[in-house]
Amino acid sequence: MSDNTRSEALQSQYLTVNLAHEEYGIDILAVREIRGWTPVTRIPQAPHYVLGVLNLRGAIVPVIDMRLRFGLEREAHGVTTVTVIITVAGRNFGVVVDAVSDVLDVTADAIRPVPDMGTTVDTEYLKGLTSAGERMVLLLDVDKLLQPQDAQMLEAALPAVSDVKAVA
Amino acid sequence: MSNAGLAQFQQVFIEESLEGLDTMESSLLALDEGGDGELVHTIFRAAHSIKGGAATFGFPEMSSFTHEAESLLDEVRSGKRAIDGAIIELLLRTVDCLRGMFARAQAGEPLNDAVAEGLRSELAAAMGRGVPAASVQARRTADQADAWIIRFRPHASMLAGGNEPLRLIRELAGLGELEVTASLDQLPSFGVLEPTECHLGWTIELKGPVKRADITAVFDWVEGECDLEIEAKHVVAEVAPTPVAAPAAVPAPNVADAGAARAQREASTESSSVRVSIDKIDGLINLVGELVITQSMLDTFREGDIDASRLAILEQGLAQLARHTRELQESVMGIRMLPIASVFNRFPRMVRDISQKLGKQVKLELIGEQTELDKTVLEKIGDPMVHLVRNAIDHGLETPDKRRASGKGDTGTLTLQASHRGGSIVVEVSDDGAGLNRDAIVAKAVQRGLIASGEGMSDEAVADLIFQPGFSTAAVTTDLSGRGVGMDVVRRNVGDLGGTVTIRSTQGKGSVFTITLPLTLAIIDGLTAAVGDERYIVPLVSIVESVQLKAEAVRSVAGGGELFRFRGEYLPVVRLHEAFHCENAIHAIDEGLMVVVEGDGARVGLFVDGLIGQQQAVVKSLEANYRRVQGVSGATILADGSVALIVDIAGLVRMQGRRKAA
Repeated sequence: MSDNTRSEALQSQYLTVNLAHEEYGIDILAVREIRGWTPVTRIPQAPHYVLGVLNLRGAIVPVIDMRLRFGLEREAHGVTTVTVIITVAGRNFGVVVDAVSDVLDVTADAIRPVPDMGTTVDTEYLKGLTSAGERMVLLLDVDKLLQPQDAQMLEAALPAVSDVKAVA
Repeated sequence: MSNAGLAQFQQVFIEESLEGLDTMESSLLALDEGGDGELVHTIFRAAHSIKGGAATFGFPEMSSFTHEAESLLDEVRSGKRAIDGAIIELLLRTVDCLRGMFARAQAGEPLNDAVAEGLRSELAAAMGRGVPAASVQARRTADQADAWIIRFRPHASMLAGGNEPLRLIRELAGLGELEVTASLDQLPSFGVLEPTECHLGWTIELKGPVKRADITAVFDWVEGECDLEIEAKHVVAEVAPTPVAAPAAVPAPNVADAGAARAQREASTESSSVRVSIDKIDGLINLVGELVITQSMLDTFREGDIDASRLAILEQGLAQLARHTRELQESVMGIRMLPIASVFNRFPRMVRDISQKLGKQVKLELIGEQTELDKTVLEKIGDPMVHLVRNAIDHGLETPDKRRASGKGDTGTLTLQASHRGGSIVVEVSDDGAGLNRDAIVAKAVQRGLIASGEGMSDEAVADLIFQPGFSTAAVTTDLSGRGVGMDVVRRNVGDLGGTVTIRSTQGKGSVFTITLPLTLAIIDGLTAAVGDERYIVPLVSIVESVQLKAEAVRSVAGGGELFRFRGEYLPVVRLHEAFHCENAIHAIDEGLMVVVEGDGARVGLFVDGLIGQQQAVVKSLEANYRRVQGVSGATILADGSVALIVDIAGLVRMQGRRKAA
C-alpha cells in the first residue's frame, strides 16, 4: 500500500463476476447497471449465445449468455444469476453471469499478462489477470468481447444492405 | 460584434433563406403561367431579404450576387422592364445557383464558382449594361488588399435609425490610416435643409492590410440604410487571381455540384428541425396540465383505504387518465406531422423542366397539399414520387401531335392528389396519357421469362408486372427514365415505409398510381399472434384476412413448398414457426390459423398458432443496440413490460422467395 500514491492515477475499478467457479473482472466504467435475471424475448437468426432482447426502460437491448459465449455448458438460471448491462461505443448489451461478487481496486502494475493456459475462456478476450487476496481474477476486455461478434453482425447485415444498394 | 454570436444565427438565416428561395421559385413558376404583379413583389421581397441577410451574416459574395438579381427584379417591379420567359428562366437559374451557394456556405466552402460568375454577367447583361471589367471585378471581389476605397453614402433617413456616420468612420480609423473626402453634391441649400437628415457622402481611402470582412463588419448595422461600395485599391498579389482562375474550373461543376449536394444532405441530417405552430404547443401544455390534475386526483387514493364509495371516483379518474394519455399521444405525434405541400412544391419546377425537354405540354394539378403526414415518411416519399412523376411525363403523357391524333387536347394533365383515408395517407399520381400498353408488357414479360403467356391474366395482374425488377417497356432509353431500374425500387421504397403501391390503367385514357402510406412510422396497429410460447406483432395494414383451413386444403409441392387456394389464387404458405425457428408451435394446419398477408406486392399465407388480440405498438429499433434481423421490422413492448418482435411481412416474403430460389 506504500506505493499507492504513485500509481493512484493508473488505478481502476473492476466489477467481479462469477462464471463457472472462476472470477472475472469487468471495467466498472463500462458497466451501466446490474439487473436480476428476467426472461428475454428470443430473436430469430441470432448466434446461439445471444439469448434474446430485453426491455431496458424502453430501449431494446440484446442479452448474451457469457457461459455460451465462452463455450461452457449452459446452466439453469438461479437466484444469483444477473444480467450486467454493459455500454461499449454507445451500444448497450447485457451479459448473463452466474453472480456478481465484488468491486475491486486494481492498479495498473498489479495487472499481469495472461499466460497461455488452460482457462475456460479464450485468452483473446482477456486484458490480463490480477489477484485479490487468495483469489485470481481474470480481467475481461469488454471492447474485444463485443468486437468479434460485431464483425459477425456486420457480416450478417452486409448482404442485405448490398443487395438493396445494387437495386437502387 | 463577435463571430460566435453571428454563427448562432447563420443557421437560422440559411434555413429562412432556403424557404425564401422556394417561395421565389414557386412564384416565378406561377408568373410563368401568367400570374399577377403581386408575385413580382413577393419575389422581390424574398430576394431582398436574402441580400440583406447575406451581408449581415458575413456572406458578401452572396449579397452582391443577389443584388444583381434584385436590381433586375426592381426594374420589373417598377414597370421599366416587361417580364418574359427569358427573364424567368434566368431568375430560376439564379435561384438554383443561390441554393448551391447556401449548400457551400453550410459546408464552409468558398461561395463563388464559375456558374455564379457566369450568371452574374448574364444578369447584368439582361439589365442592358456591360459586365464590369475583369480588373474591377477582381477589385470588387478581392478579400484582402493593402488599401481600400470605400464609397459610403448614407440614406437621408439613416440618422433617424440611430446610426451615426462619424462613429462608423471612427471605427474604420481603428483598422488603418484614413483619408476621407466628403462629397457635398447632395447638400441642399440652407433654406430647405432638414437638420435631422443626412445629406453627406464620403469617399474613404483606407490604408493598411485589412480584410474585406473587417470593413463590411463595420457597416453591418447600416446595411440597407446606405449605399456602400468597397473596392480594393491594391490587391494583395496572391489573393487576387481567384476570380481569374474561375474559367479554368468550368469542367468541375459536376464534381462541385455533387459535393454541394452531399454537403447539403449531410447538413440536413445534422440539423434536422421541425417548425411547430404555437397552437399545437399550447394544446400540448393544456393536455399536460390536465394530466397533472388527474394525477393529483388519483394521488388522493394513496392515503387511507379505498372504500367502495370512492370506487366510482377512481374509475372516473382512470378513464380520464386513459383519455388524456391518448390525446397527449396524438398531439405529440401531431408535432411530427407536416403538410405534404413541402414534397408537392418541388414538382411544378420539375414538371416544367422535363416537359420542355421532351416537347410535351403538361398541366400540373396539385390537390390536398395540406394533408399532413409524419416527417420521416415525408422525407422518404419524395424520391418514389419523383420517379412516378418522371415516368408519367416520359412514358404516360403523349406529345401534342399524338394527343391530337387520339382526339385529346394538346395539353396533358398530371394530377398529384393527397388525402386521408382511414388510418392511412393516400397519394395518387394520375395522368390522362396513353396508359399502359398491355400487349407490350405481356410481350416483354414473356421475353423475360416472368410469365408463360398473357392468357387469362387480369389487367391488374398485367399492370402489376411493371413492378418486377428490371422491367421497362420504353422503346427508347432516355436519360429521364426507361433504364429498367425503377418501378421495383418505387415499390420497395414505399414498402420500407410500410406502404403499398398499386396501379390502375386504361389504355388510351391514362394511368393512376396509388401510394398508400401509414400516418406515422412510430406507432402501428397490429394483431398479436401466438407462435409456440412466443408472441409476434403482425402489422394490421398488411393483413388481408385470416382463415382456418382444413388439413387437406394445403398441398405440398415439389421442392418443399406448400400452397393453398384462396379466392381463386394459389398462395404460398409461410410457417412463422419455421421462419423463426420457434419451439412448441402448432404444426397441424387445421389446429392453427392461416393469416393471409400482403407484402412487397405478393400475398402469402402466414401460418400461426392463433391471434390473441389487437393492440397499438410503439415501434422500437432493434438496430440501435443489436442489428437488423431478417423478417423483423422492429420490436415493441407489451403491457407486461416484455418485448415482442414486429413481423416484417415484405421481408418474410423476400425470405420465402430466396429460399425457393435456393
